[in-house]
Amino acid sequence: MNAAVFSLLAILIVALAVGVVLNRNPVRSAMCLVGTLFLLAVMFVFLDAHLVAVLQIVVYTGAIMVLFLFVIMLLNLQTEAAEQSPAPMRALVGVCGFAFMGILGGALLVADGTDKFSAPVPAGFGTSVAVSERLFTHFLLPFEITSLLLLVAIVGAVVVAKKKLE
Amino acid sequence: MIGTNAILALAVVLFGIGALGVMIRRNVIVIFMCIELMLNAANLAFVAFARALHSMDGQVIVFFVMTVAAAEAAVGLAIIIALFRNRETIDVGELNLMRW
Repeated sequence: MNAAVFSLLAILIVALAVGVVLNRNPVRSAMCLVGTLFLLAVMFVFLDAHLVAVLQIVVYTGAIMVLFLFVIMLLNLQTEAAEQSPAPMRALVGVCGFAFMGILGGALLVADGTDKFSAPVPAGFGTSVAVSERLFTHFLLPFEITSLLLLVAIVGAVVVAKKKLE
Repeated sequence: MIGTNAILALAVVLFGIGALGVMIRRNVIVIFMCIELMLNAANLAFVAFARALHSMDGQVIVFFVMTVAAAEAAVGLAIIIALFRNRETIDVGELNLMRW
Protein backbone atom coordinates (compact mmCIF):
# COMPACT_ATOMS: atom_id res chain seq x y z
CA MET A 1 0.00 0.00 0.00
CA ASN A 2 1.68 3.18 -1.02
CA ALA A 3 1.54 6.49 0.75
CA ALA A 4 -0.93 8.16 -1.64
CA VAL A 5 -3.60 5.49 -1.21
CA PHE A 6 -3.14 5.39 2.54
CA SER A 7 -3.30 9.17 2.83
CA LEU A 8 -6.49 9.34 0.80
CA LEU A 9 -8.14 6.60 2.87
CA ALA A 10 -6.97 8.16 6.15
CA ILE A 11 -8.27 11.61 5.25
CA LEU A 12 -11.66 10.21 4.25
CA ILE A 13 -11.91 8.09 7.40
CA VAL A 14 -11.06 11.00 9.69
CA ALA A 15 -13.45 13.33 7.84
CA LEU A 16 -16.33 10.87 8.21
CA ALA A 17 -15.47 10.26 11.87
CA VAL A 18 -15.58 14.00 12.52
CA GLY A 19 -18.93 13.96 10.72
CA VAL A 20 -20.20 11.36 13.19
CA VAL A 21 -19.29 13.57 16.12
CA LEU A 22 -20.42 16.93 14.79
CA ASN A 23 -23.67 16.17 12.98
CA ARG A 24 -26.84 17.48 14.58
CA ASN A 25 -29.08 14.93 12.88
CA PRO A 26 -28.64 11.42 14.36
CA VAL A 27 -29.49 9.73 11.07
CA ARG A 28 -26.68 11.64 9.32
CA SER A 29 -24.34 10.66 12.16
CA ALA A 30 -25.25 7.03 11.65
CA MET A 31 -24.67 7.25 7.90
CA CYS A 32 -21.26 8.87 8.49
CA LEU A 33 -20.42 5.99 10.81
CA VAL A 34 -21.48 3.50 8.12
CA GLY A 35 -19.08 5.23 5.73
CA THR A 36 -16.27 5.14 8.30
CA LEU A 37 -16.78 1.43 8.95
CA PHE A 38 -16.85 0.67 5.24
CA LEU A 39 -13.61 2.55 4.60
CA LEU A 40 -12.05 0.78 7.59
CA ALA A 41 -12.96 -2.51 5.90
CA VAL A 42 -11.09 -1.25 2.82
CA MET A 43 -8.10 -0.51 5.07
CA PHE A 44 -8.33 -4.04 6.48
CA VAL A 45 -8.13 -5.46 2.96
CA PHE A 46 -4.97 -3.45 2.38
CA LEU A 47 -3.56 -4.92 5.61
CA ASP A 48 -4.10 -8.50 4.43
CA ALA A 49 -7.01 -9.13 6.82
CA HIS A 50 -9.53 -10.43 4.32
CA LEU A 51 -11.87 -12.38 6.58
CA VAL A 52 -11.92 -9.55 9.10
CA ALA A 53 -12.77 -7.07 6.35
CA VAL A 54 -15.71 -9.14 5.14
CA LEU A 55 -16.92 -9.62 8.72
CA GLN A 56 -16.63 -5.90 9.30
CA ILE A 57 -18.98 -5.23 6.40
CA VAL A 58 -21.41 -8.03 7.14
CA VAL A 59 -21.53 -7.75 10.94
CA TYR A 60 -20.65 -4.16 11.75
CA THR A 61 -22.22 -2.20 8.91
CA GLY A 62 -24.77 -4.79 7.94
CA ALA A 63 -26.14 -5.69 11.35
CA ILE A 64 -25.02 -3.32 14.10
CA MET A 65 -25.51 -0.10 12.17
CA VAL A 66 -28.86 -1.31 10.83
CA LEU A 67 -29.87 -1.92 14.45
CA PHE A 68 -28.80 1.62 15.29
CA LEU A 69 -30.87 3.02 12.43
CA PHE A 70 -33.87 0.95 13.47
CA VAL A 71 -33.70 2.37 16.98
CA ILE A 72 -33.19 5.94 15.73
CA MET A 73 -36.24 5.67 13.52
CA LEU A 74 -38.25 3.81 16.18
CA LEU A 75 -37.65 6.63 18.63
CA ASN A 76 -38.30 9.13 15.83
CA LEU A 77 -35.38 11.33 16.74
CA GLN A 78 -35.33 14.74 15.18
CA THR A 79 -32.47 17.05 14.42
CA GLU A 80 -31.41 18.34 17.77
CA ALA A 81 -31.23 21.96 18.77
CA ALA A 82 -27.80 23.52 19.09
CA GLU A 83 -28.06 23.80 22.87
CA GLN A 84 -24.97 22.30 24.42
CA SER A 85 -22.70 22.39 27.44
CA PRO A 86 -21.07 25.75 28.17
CA ALA A 87 -18.19 26.95 26.01
CA PRO A 88 -15.37 26.75 28.61
CA MET A 89 -16.27 23.12 29.26
CA ARG A 90 -16.20 22.32 25.57
CA ALA A 91 -12.87 24.12 25.16
CA LEU A 92 -11.39 22.15 28.06
CA VAL A 93 -12.67 18.87 26.63
CA GLY A 94 -11.25 19.75 23.23
CA VAL A 95 -7.85 20.61 24.71
CA CYS A 96 -7.78 17.36 26.71
CA GLY A 97 -8.74 15.33 23.65
CA PHE A 98 -6.09 16.87 21.45
CA ALA A 99 -3.49 16.57 24.22
CA PHE A 100 -4.30 12.88 24.51
CA MET A 101 -3.93 12.39 20.76
CA GLY A 102 -0.72 14.41 20.80
CA ILE A 103 0.84 12.34 23.58
CA LEU A 104 0.05 9.06 21.86
CA GLY A 105 1.15 10.43 18.51
CA GLY A 106 4.42 11.64 20.03
CA ALA A 107 5.01 8.18 21.45
CA LEU A 108 4.57 6.82 17.95
CA LEU A 109 7.11 9.31 16.59
CA VAL A 110 9.86 8.18 18.96
CA ALA A 111 8.99 4.50 18.79
CA ASP A 112 11.65 2.73 16.83
CA GLY A 113 10.53 -0.75 16.08
CA THR A 114 11.83 -2.91 13.34
CA ASP A 115 9.02 -5.20 12.39
CA LYS A 116 8.02 -7.25 9.42
CA PHE A 117 5.44 -4.83 8.10
CA SER A 118 7.05 -4.30 4.68
CA ALA A 119 7.90 -7.96 4.27
CA PRO A 120 5.40 -9.98 2.24
CA VAL A 121 3.06 -12.04 4.36
CA PRO A 122 3.06 -15.84 4.33
CA ALA A 123 0.66 -17.49 1.93
CA GLY A 124 -2.87 -17.75 3.24
CA PHE A 125 -2.44 -14.95 5.75
CA GLY A 126 -5.76 -13.43 6.68
CA THR A 127 -7.93 -16.02 5.02
CA SER A 128 -10.69 -17.89 6.84
CA VAL A 129 -8.50 -21.01 6.95
CA ALA A 130 -5.78 -19.17 8.86
CA VAL A 131 -8.26 -17.51 11.24
CA SER A 132 -10.07 -20.74 12.02
CA GLU A 133 -6.79 -22.58 12.50
CA ARG A 134 -6.05 -20.21 15.41
CA LEU A 135 -9.63 -19.80 16.54
CA PHE A 136 -10.43 -23.46 17.12
CA THR A 137 -7.14 -24.49 18.67
CA HIS A 138 -5.56 -21.75 20.72
CA PHE A 139 -8.66 -19.60 21.22
CA LEU A 140 -11.18 -22.36 21.75
CA LEU A 141 -12.20 -21.36 25.28
CA PRO A 142 -12.85 -17.69 24.37
CA PHE A 143 -14.84 -18.91 21.40
CA GLU A 144 -17.15 -21.01 23.57
CA ILE A 145 -17.50 -18.24 26.14
CA THR A 146 -18.38 -15.82 23.33
CA SER A 147 -21.25 -18.03 22.26
CA LEU A 148 -22.52 -17.98 25.86
CA LEU A 149 -22.12 -14.20 25.88
CA LEU A 150 -24.23 -13.89 22.74
CA LEU A 151 -26.96 -16.01 24.29
CA VAL A 152 -27.00 -13.86 27.41
CA ALA A 153 -27.05 -10.69 25.31
CA ILE A 154 -30.00 -11.86 23.22
CA VAL A 155 -32.05 -12.89 26.26
CA GLY A 156 -31.11 -9.69 28.07
CA ALA A 157 -32.03 -7.46 25.14
CA VAL A 158 -35.45 -9.09 24.81
CA VAL A 159 -36.14 -8.85 28.53
CA VAL A 160 -35.06 -5.21 28.81
CA ALA A 161 -36.89 -3.96 25.75
CA LYS A 162 -40.24 -5.63 26.09
CA LYS A 163 -43.21 -3.98 27.70
CA LYS A 164 -44.17 -5.00 31.18
CA LEU A 165 -47.08 -7.36 31.35
CA GLU A 166 -49.92 -5.82 33.30
CA MET B 1 6.12 3.19 2.05
CA ILE B 2 3.68 3.09 4.90
CA GLY B 3 4.84 1.55 8.17
CA THR B 4 3.04 0.35 11.26
CA ASN B 5 3.33 3.73 12.91
CA ALA B 6 1.18 5.43 10.28
CA ILE B 7 -1.67 2.97 10.77
CA LEU B 8 -1.35 3.29 14.54
CA ALA B 9 -1.44 7.07 14.25
CA LEU B 10 -4.71 6.79 12.34
CA ALA B 11 -6.04 4.48 15.07
CA VAL B 12 -5.03 7.02 17.72
CA VAL B 13 -6.78 9.84 15.88
CA LEU B 14 -9.94 7.76 15.45
CA PHE B 15 -9.90 6.85 19.13
CA GLY B 16 -9.43 10.47 20.11
CA ILE B 17 -12.32 11.59 17.90
CA GLY B 18 -14.54 8.91 19.43
CA ALA B 19 -13.56 9.92 22.96
CA LEU B 20 -14.22 13.59 22.18
CA GLY B 21 -17.62 12.63 20.82
CA VAL B 22 -18.50 10.73 23.99
CA MET B 23 -17.59 13.74 26.08
CA ILE B 24 -19.18 16.45 23.94
CA ARG B 25 -22.46 15.05 22.67
CA ARG B 26 -25.64 14.84 24.73
CA ASN B 27 -27.65 12.44 22.60
CA VAL B 28 -27.34 8.92 24.04
CA ILE B 29 -27.40 7.19 20.67
CA VAL B 30 -24.65 9.41 19.23
CA ILE B 31 -22.57 8.69 22.35
CA PHE B 32 -23.08 5.01 21.67
CA MET B 33 -21.95 5.47 18.06
CA CYS B 34 -18.78 7.19 19.24
CA ILE B 35 -18.11 4.20 21.49
CA GLU B 36 -18.36 1.99 18.41
CA LEU B 37 -15.86 4.32 16.72
CA MET B 38 -13.40 3.76 19.58
CA LEU B 39 -13.86 -0.01 19.29
CA ASN B 40 -13.07 0.20 15.60
CA ALA B 41 -9.93 2.21 16.32
CA ALA B 42 -8.78 -0.62 18.59
CA ASN B 43 -9.62 -3.13 15.84
CA LEU B 44 -7.46 -1.18 13.41
CA ALA B 45 -4.55 -1.26 15.86
CA PHE B 46 -4.95 -5.03 16.30
CA VAL B 47 -4.98 -5.63 12.56
CA ALA B 48 -1.95 -3.38 12.07
CA PHE B 49 0.02 -5.35 14.64
CA ALA B 50 -1.11 -8.64 13.18
CA ARG B 51 0.30 -7.48 9.88
CA ALA B 52 3.50 -6.19 11.44
CA LEU B 53 4.29 -9.35 13.38
CA HIS B 54 2.94 -11.80 10.78
CA SER B 55 0.77 -13.36 13.45
CA MET B 56 -2.88 -14.30 13.02
CA ASP B 57 -3.66 -13.76 16.72
CA GLY B 58 -4.41 -10.10 16.16
CA GLN B 59 -7.11 -10.90 13.64
CA VAL B 60 -8.68 -13.53 15.89
CA ILE B 61 -8.89 -10.93 18.66
CA VAL B 62 -10.60 -8.58 16.22
CA PHE B 63 -13.13 -11.36 15.59
CA PHE B 64 -13.88 -11.45 19.32
CA VAL B 65 -14.03 -7.68 19.63
CA MET B 66 -16.62 -7.55 16.85
CA THR B 67 -18.71 -10.20 18.56
CA VAL B 68 -18.60 -8.42 21.89
CA ALA B 69 -19.45 -5.13 20.18
CA ALA B 70 -22.50 -6.73 18.57
CA ALA B 71 -23.71 -8.10 21.91
CA GLU B 72 -23.09 -4.75 23.60
CA ALA B 73 -24.94 -2.88 20.86
CA ALA B 74 -27.97 -5.14 21.22
CA VAL B 75 -28.20 -4.77 24.99
CA GLY B 76 -27.34 -1.07 24.95
CA LEU B 77 -30.01 -0.23 22.39
CA ALA B 78 -32.55 -2.25 24.37
CA ILE B 79 -31.66 -0.16 27.41
CA ILE B 80 -32.05 3.03 25.38
CA ILE B 81 -35.49 1.91 24.21
CA ALA B 82 -36.56 1.16 27.79
CA LEU B 83 -35.14 4.51 28.88
CA PHE B 84 -37.06 6.37 26.21
CA ARG B 85 -40.26 4.55 27.12
CA ASN B 86 -39.99 5.67 30.73
CA ARG B 87 -38.47 9.12 30.42
CA GLU B 88 -39.40 10.40 26.95
CA THR B 89 -35.92 11.87 26.63
CA ILE B 90 -32.50 10.72 25.50
CA ASP B 91 -30.63 13.83 26.51
CA VAL B 92 -27.98 12.83 29.04
CA GLY B 93 -28.26 16.26 30.64
CA GLU B 94 -31.72 15.34 31.83
CA LEU B 95 -30.92 11.77 32.91
CA ASN B 96 -29.36 12.83 36.18
CA LEU B 97 -31.33 10.85 38.76
CA MET B 98 -28.17 9.36 40.26
CA ARG B 99 -26.23 12.58 40.55
CA TRP B 100 -25.39 13.74 44.03
